[in-house]
Amino acid sequence: MAGKAIRTVISQSLNISKSPGSRILPVFQNKNHDGLHSQTTVRHYASQSAQRKVTMIPGDGIGPEISQAVKEIFAAAGAPVTWEDVDVTPVKGPDGLFHLPQKIFDSMAETKLGLKGPLATPIGKGHQSLNLALRKAFSLYANVRPCKSIEGYQTPYDNVDLVTIRENTEGEYSGIEHTIVDGVVQSIKLITENASRRVAEYAFQYARENKRDSVTAVHKANIMRMSDGLFLKCCRDIAAMNKDIKFKEAYLDTVCLNMVQDPKPFDVLVMPNLYGDILSDLCAGLIGGLGVTPSGNIGEDGVAIFESVHGTAPDIAGQDKANPTALLLSAVMMLRHMGLTEYGDRIESAVLSVIRDGEHLTADLGGKGTCSGFTKAICERVESSS
Amino acid sequence: MSSVREVFSAVNVPVDFEELFISEVQPQASASFKTVVDSFRRGVLQTLNMKIRRELDLFANVVVVKSLPGYQTRHKNLDFVIIREQTEGEYSALEHESVPGVIECLKIVTRANSMRIAKFAFDYAMRHGRQKVTAVHKANIMKLGDGLFLQCCEEVSHIYPKIKYESMIIDNCCMQLVSNPHQFDVMVMPNLYGNIVDNLAAGLVGGAGVVPGESYSEDVAIFEQGARHAFAEAVGKNIANPTATLLAGCNLLRHIHLEYHARLIEDAILQVIKSGKVRTKDMGGYDCTSDFTNAVIKSLQQQ
Repeated sequence: MAGKAIRTVISQSLNISKSPGSRILPVFQNKNHDGLHSQTTVRHYASQSAQRKVTMIPGDGIGPEISQAVKEIFAAAGAPVTWEDVDVTPVKGPDGLFHLPQKIFDSMAETKLGLKGPLATPIGKGHQSLNLALRKAFSLYANVRPCKSIEGYQTPYDNVDLVTIRENTEGEYSGIEHTIVDGVVQSIKLITENASRRVAEYAFQYARENKRDSVTAVHKANIMRMSDGLFLKCCRDIAAMNKDIKFKEAYLDTVCLNMVQDPKPFDVLVMPNLYGDILSDLCAGLIGGLGVTPSGNIGEDGVAIFESVHGTAPDIAGQDKANPTALLLSAVMMLRHMGLTEYGDRIESAVLSVIRDGEHLTADLGGKGTCSGFTKAICERVESSS
Repeated sequence: MSSVREVFSAVNVPVDFEELFISEVQPQASASFKTVVDSFRRGVLQTLNMKIRRELDLFANVVVVKSLPGYQTRHKNLDFVIIREQTEGEYSALEHESVPGVIECLKIVTRANSMRIAKFAFDYAMRHGRQKVTAVHKANIMKLGDGLFLQCCEEVSHIYPKIKYESMIIDNCCMQLVSNPHQFDVMVMPNLYGNIVDNLAAGLVGGAGVVPGESYSEDVAIFEQGARHAFAEAVGKNIANPTATLLAGCNLLRHIHLEYHARLIEDAILQVIKSGKVRTKDMGGYDCTSDFTNAVIKSLQQQ
């Protein structure tokens, strides 16, 4: 316990000692590696009146349009948020490699909150993957995706209401691979106690804050007895400390089988990296795809980046045809994360009611509406409900 | 070994009438072999499954996902094939604790096994008049491991110019399966993804109780359930759905060129399902395993 406290103090002092403009990256990387998993997520920004600054990464393709839509709707709702737009186009460094601009790190270090539109993947080598860089820099260890059926947008499944929480730093995506002899490749899946406990803790915290009943650990410990076994053991340990939330365990294959037959019984699901990657996309498929699915990446010390996970749709960029729903619902998640639940609820119900009415649906939802028309309709709803 | 014996005795209900079935049409049709293997397959110890697979070198698992007429599911008229490599990958059982709290699990992908399964998939597509093979992978992240698998599939695809070849990333594949499953024909993938997709697809057409599967080595074929679940809570309660195992039995008959008998039994099963009168619990009915079996036998006698 004492050790934990000291570490926290150290990391805080590192934060404070940071001079403006200095590279924040190493500071956060250190924290990533010392495996801190304290639950000291202080919600000091919960007061409703103070304006909060949020870093906005509009992104590429349809990104600027849909982020503009989010800004308009936030303004209409009177949400106490100011935006700091940051361009993340990679810049060539003195070493000849492309890096993310320093501004994004400075901005995120200050605001601790980000909203991100879709980014085009740069083709060719030498580019740093933005997602990876951000994940590393800010210890974004959990990916959270609530999947809820949208009334008015018909899919074969209705009444889906579940949340996938994915460990985001290790597992199969550790990136440790090598060719032993020609034609034999060994990839290493890495599971650590620290990372497993950290994501399990967050899952229970999320369940409590969002009034969920149960947390299910999804694993394959029947096959990967040690690695998934460790993950499962950590989940059980944390569950024992969180008796107010029900805890269940399920095999990944069983979850897939039951999920496509009847997704209703599922609530909060927590799992290692690869399983989370697969299940979160599967669940998005249940409710109509990535165009309507919000996503959030949770880091340590209250840092979080919310994003839409769909593509940049270059074919319709700039034509006022884009659907801002995923980014908007991600922004709603952000409001809830900030403790601004009231604003979040109001905006969410406005979006859902506009979709339910069906008049302003964009082409991807089977309508003929425009991005601006859809946005305007939501703004009107939000204003009338305040 | 006691667990093996337990498994044997625990599953004797469904296995019994399978023997009956097979002996009805073909007394010597290796029913005992099948019974043994089936019992193994339903085993609660998955590692036992893994051992058998490796021992017999059952490298290819085939699951044909087909909608059953008369049984309502969310997606209709599905018909695609999942081919899974099942000797290596994540199921290599090589794990160790480097330091306390840090565990490494090795996933092994070899060129030899990847080429073999890719070849099997394309051969299967040719033989069964299928149009397209989709390789499912995560080579964007596991660049070497899944990269090798993908590369092998691509190499093999050049030998079969008549079969269309595509590749798809596993997470997108799962999303497509629940939103637009009709685009798939033959799918080929490494071990773990196969486990996931087999189960997901079985769910699409009615669950683990209705989808048969097959495993092949170079000289052995085993017929079993497509989504392998022990369904331990149902053991001995006479509530399990025998459809998958019965259909697997038909596939076995077909494999040994008893096409007539296979069709006879299969028609009887499909007839019973279509009429909708007798349904086990997992299909929304109240009938027990033996009711369903009796209905199939009755339908057979009427023909």
